[in-house]
Amino acid sequence: MTPRRWWKPAGLLALAVLALMLPFFFGPYRVSQFTLVVIYAIAVLGLNLLVGYSGQISLGHGAFFCLGAYTGAILLDRTGLPHLLTVPAAALVCFAAGLALGLPALRLRGLYLALVTLAIAIATPVLIKRFDGLTGGSQGITIAQPKAPAWMGLDDDQFLYLLALAVAVPLFWLAAGMVRRDVGRALIAMRDDETAARTMGINLATYKTRAFGLSAAYAGVGGALFTFANGFVAPESFTLVLSFSFLAAIVVGGLATVAGAVFGALFIVFVPVWSSDVDEALSGVIYGATLIACMYVFRGGIMGLLRSGWGRLVEAEGSTRGRSDDDVAKVAVDGPDRRAGAGAGGLRP
Amino acid sequence: MGLIAALALVPAGCGRDSESGGGGGGSGNSDPGITKTSIKLGGSYPFSGPASAYGTIGEGAKAYFKYLNAKGGVNGRKIQFITLDDAYEPPKALQNARRLVQEEKVFAMFNTLGTPNNLAIWDFLNQQKVPQLYVATGASDWGKDPKAHPYTIGWQPNYVTEAKVYADYLKRTKPDAKVAVLYQNDGFGKDLLGGFEDGIAGSGIKVVKKETYNVTDPTVAAPVGRLARSGADTFLDITTPKFSAQAIATVAKSGWKPLHILNNVGADKNLVLKPVGLQNAKGIVSTAYFKDPQTAKWANDPAVREYKAALKRYSPKSDPEDAFNMYGWSVATTMAKALEQMKEPTRAALMDAVRNMDEEQGTLLPGEKVQTTPDDGYPLEAMQIIKFDGANWQLQGNLIEAKAQ
Repeated sequence: MTPRRWWKPAGLLALAVLALMLPFFFGPYRVSQFTLVVIYAIAVLGLNLLVGYSGQISLGHGAFFCLGAYTGAILLDRTGLPHLLTVPAAALVCFAAGLALGLPALRLRGLYLALVTLAIAIATPVLIKRFDGLTGGSQGITIAQPKAPAWMGLDDDQFLYLLALAVAVPLFWLAAGMVRRDVGRALIAMRDDETAARTMGINLATYKTRAFGLSAAYAGVGGALFTFANGFVAPESFTLVLSFSFLAAIVVGGLATVAGAVFGALFIVFVPVWSSDVDEALSGVIYGATLIACMYVFRGGIMGLLRSGWGRLVEAEGSTRGRSDDDVAKVAVDGPDRRAGAGAGGLRP
Repeated sequence: MGLIAALALVPAGCGRDSESGGGGGGSGNSDPGITKTSIKLGGSYPFSGPASAYGTIGEGAKAYFKYLNAKGGVNGRKIQFITLDDAYEPPKALQNARRLVQEEKVFAMFNTLGTPNNLAIWDFLNQQKVPQLYVATGASDWGKDPKAHPYTIGWQPNYVTEAKVYADYLKRTKPDAKVAVLYQNDGFGKDLLGGFEDGIAGSGIKVVKKETYNVTDPTVAAPVGRLARSGADTFLDITTPKFSAQAIATVAKSGWKPLHILNNVGADKNLVLKPVGLQNAKGIVSTAYFKDPQTAKWANDPAVREYKAALKRYSPKSDPEDAFNMYGWSVATTMAKALEQMKEPTRAALMDAVRNMDEEQGTLLPGEKVQTTPDDGYPLEAMQIIKFDGANWQLQGNLIEAKAQ
């Protein structure tokens, strides 16, 4: 048994156990922070599928997150649907919205696309206030938070965390599987060279719009869960800062990585709190400086760092094949059997 | 592997030993956040972001508590007021509230700012039975149903009360007024407009035209222009500071000479009237309920002098003339009074004190009372008409009391 095959499932198992145990070792406030991490991680993963893998830029993912949150809140408020059913509903609505936004993305690239998505993020809070009959306007919508069933013997905050985790795990598993297979390779090929990708028979229009739809659906799921976690939605909850946080999270976590979303989400939940503890007046500066420092220290994000560390570790054990095996960016481009890349995943210059 | 095994042995599925911020029964035991020598209060303010101008309210309040602590505190207890920044985003306010209640173990939440932010946290706080006191918003929500949210209360005269004061003023001075209304399209604007329409019902006063704008709009010149052409002789201006300034400027340019009623939120001399030119603001009518630190009239008032001296000492970066600081100072005074009148160190006893209060305060207008009963959840319900004479706001007539309900 090579070390790689032995360590991988063990590592995953350890992580799973850790994630499950987490709410039992912390107070309710910490648990609510971890719940936010899980929720943001889903949205960040969605954005990373779009930006990191397919190479299309969105500065407006907060808008999809918002759409998901409001879809959930309106359904809960108006129809009394069970909480869990609002999650797929939000995913569907956002998938459709994402497909629709994917259409202009066919013609716009780079900065032009970034500006369109930025405009959407700016317009969203205004639109919410404009359609106040449906959205409650600036008063927002208050909904009942999901309660832990009595037989579980859990506190509500623990239940909420485990619920978010139960939604997140299959979504991460799905994304990890997808980027490893032909869909992922097609996206990456498209990102790296559109002409070459087309020559290989990849239908760019289909992949681009679907990447947008899927990415938006992930953000929508995150949004619906966000509604559960807060019990309240209002236009002020979804500012531009949220969209930029998601973008920061994919870069900090590592572009074109699946697990990086978790690190990115940890960053955007904990670093702002920490930085305003250091100095309330300078919190923005400290947050920015930390972000810059991360960019310098972790080239390729936290996942990039972990991978290069891991690569060295395995080499030290004398294995010649033990490169980071899920460095999809390299794998897909170089072919699955030639793991030649050193471990820095990410968008190429 | 050993680590994983060890972790797996910890029985999953068991709840934690719960000692989260709850509690608050009527027993003699004290609740979290209060000892014989200290009381912890928590608040969430927009110290950053678009609404950060309001953040200074927290500074005014802190200055009062420091001043009070230096004099020995409340019944021997020093007040520690922990404030966190929410950038005016409701989800952050909720995280702040969770942190203050569950980690910092504050005794009560005090003066959290903003209507959406308080709406985001009031269910949580009432579930936890943590008082959410004297919130810094004029929405009428906070006192509407004390049974549904027994731990929540506002402080300042709410927008419905304010609107009824204007209605009352018009009924006395201009009983056949034709009113044109500009209002902000949100809870604040609708609260005030609704209160005004309630207040004039059955009188000779008519609303002849209504225009609305959104906070995100760049300017209100167009709707004010339409109102100017409506033939109305009275302009009810329900706007926040930036738009108040624009509305005053537009009216001045248009040649329209209505009786201009500007709501309290937009009636700050330094912030709003100065930038558009004081001469353009002459004759504008508004309301007040605390002593204006910018007016010469109160310069020698002992309470105002005490405030200015203490602010200079305990919050040297804050401007004593900034009305937001005076607001923070005044609301903190009420908070300290409630703590002083609390019969035992519990949250329930604090709520008893809060809901049975009848006090005058030095920095409030003479005659203005902080008055509550278990059924009346609005502490301040009287305002006085003020008129701008081209240099200062001048008090007119007497305090007018107007119940929201």
